[in-house]
Amino acid sequence: MSKGFVSRGFQGRRKSGGERGRIPPGQYLERGFPVLSAGPTPHTPLANWDFSLLGEIDPPKRWTWEAFCALPHEKVTTDIHCVTKWSKLDTHWEGVSVDTLLKQVAYDAHYMIAESDGGYTTNLPLEDVLGGKAWVVDTYEGQPLSPEHGGPARLLVPHLYFWKSAKWVRGLRLVRQDEPGFWESLGYHNHGDPWKEERYRGD
Amino acid sequence: MENKLDGNAAGGILQEIFPFDMTQVQATCTGCGRTDAIGALAVYMHGMGTVIRCPSCDTVLIRVAQGRGHYWLDMQGVRVLQINPEV
Amino acid sequence: MERRTIPGRLSWQLGEVVATQEETARAKSITLAVPHWNGHRPGQHVDVRLTAEDGYQAERSYSIASAPEPEPRVTLTVERIDDGEVSPYLTDELRVGDQLELRGPIGGYFVWEVQMGGPLLLVAGGSGIVPLMAMIRSWAALGSTIPIRLLYSSRSHAGVIYRDELARLLKSNSKLEVVHTLTREQPPGWTGYHRRVDTEMLREVVWPVEQRPLLYICGPTPFVETTATGLVTLGYEPGRIKTERFGPTGET
Repeated sequence: MSKGFVSRGFQGRRKSGGERGRIPPGQYLERGFPVLSAGPTPHTPLANWDFSLLGEIDPPKRWTWEAFCALPHEKVTTDIHCVTKWSKLDTHWEGVSVDTLLKQVAYDAHYMIAESDGGYTTNLPLEDVLGGKAWVVDTYEGQPLSPEHGGPARLLVPHLYFWKSAKWVRGLRLVRQDEPGFWESLGYHNHGDPWKEERYRGD
Repeated sequence: MENKLDGNAAGGILQEIFPFDMTQVQATCTGCGRTDAIGALAVYMHGMGTVIRCPSCDTVLIRVAQGRGHYWLDMQGVRVLQINPEV
Repeated sequence: MERRTIPGRLSWQLGEVVATQEETARAKSITLAVPHWNGHRPGQHVDVRLTAEDGYQAERSYSIASAPEPEPRVTLTVERIDDGEVSPYLTDELRVGDQLELRGPIGGYFVWEVQMGGPLLLVAGGSGIVPLMAMIRSWAALGSTIPIRLLYSSRSHAGVIYRDELARLLKSNSKLEVVHTLTREQPPGWTGYHRRVDTEMLREVVWPVEQRPLLYICGPTPFVETTATGLVTLGYEPGRIKTERFGPTGET
């Protein structure tokens, strides 16, 4: 119904930029930073916060907030792409690379499940989080990551759609069998490469 | 302040799927057993989908997403729906 | 004339703008002729969808301001949010003769009709007045004598949506009471409330608990939550409180 209808004079908030080559197909440039939440914003006090590596690893590891802050941090400047079609260029983060976290353990796994406060999960093949592709970040634009954007710490996997960059991350579980996460089990693509427009299952 | 709305806000997407008004349907939460009209539940909605939670215990009752012409509907968090055809 | 919402899956349809009216500097009413409109109940809303040339779409919900009527027509009142994506288009760009894609009516939960009884307490924050006005307009059109009290929070006198219409309704309906609170600026000589709605104000305004009023609250999310919490604290039954949060769109 109403196919082909166009609202006279409507553009929306989008801006097309000269940054053509950096914006994946179907995306538009966003200067703000939209907040998309599937539930209430967690507010875990830092004294109670911890971060764990679990699953098919030896030994399981756990860091308190102080211990996590003491891990080597890297600065990351990257573009991010949300499946709802906005892309934001040159975002600045600081965090601990997943390579650094996993260097400390032995594991026999092919996939990683990120698990967050509030129950959100997302799944990634290990090759998508190793080799300088993923971080657990706690700083955005030079400031501590705010709760509405996933603070105190979130996963950052910028080469995939941003739903894979789980907010409020508390642990990474390494597994042999893939387990579709929150959105992956609701029709979204299991992998999520924005350059191949892997938005929905079957794309 | 997050984007929490009342169950009414999900009335549109639910009535794309169910051929009647779902906001007056009573849903029982698998988390805490509370029964509410869907209109009284907490709704989080944005471009990726709609998530409907129990206002008492935050358990996800219903999730809806849409893509490539399909609807994906997860109602694992609902123990039972009570639908009154007269309403 | 009792309209029942006809069930069936919702589909998008095109309405045509037949009239617009500025209510305040930021709020505009838009009347649409909708060919396949099956009527609505006071408190319901529509979803509106805008489509750009390249296919980009934006969707928002807007409460229906008009009382149910025999004509296939519906009026929305939209308040312009400055950095909004849809509301500035509706208030600044849309004009008579344009088409607007909408679906509805939606939401039988946040509805009040005279057969539900009273007394009725309506609490509005800013543009939260819109669905409550549909209830008041319907009540007036039916000549109902159910007592209604409206507590209406606005930033300023000039920003009160439907101000003159409410004043007229007050003159012709002894069963309607309106209490305004103006939170940012007040006209000279203002003797009414001049602060945000709080539990003390609710205690002074609301029908006594023993009268078991029906309570409807609508407005920005923080406003709704503060008001609902206040009412429960005062002893009103949570099951008789219905809320419609508009989202975190600033203060009133």
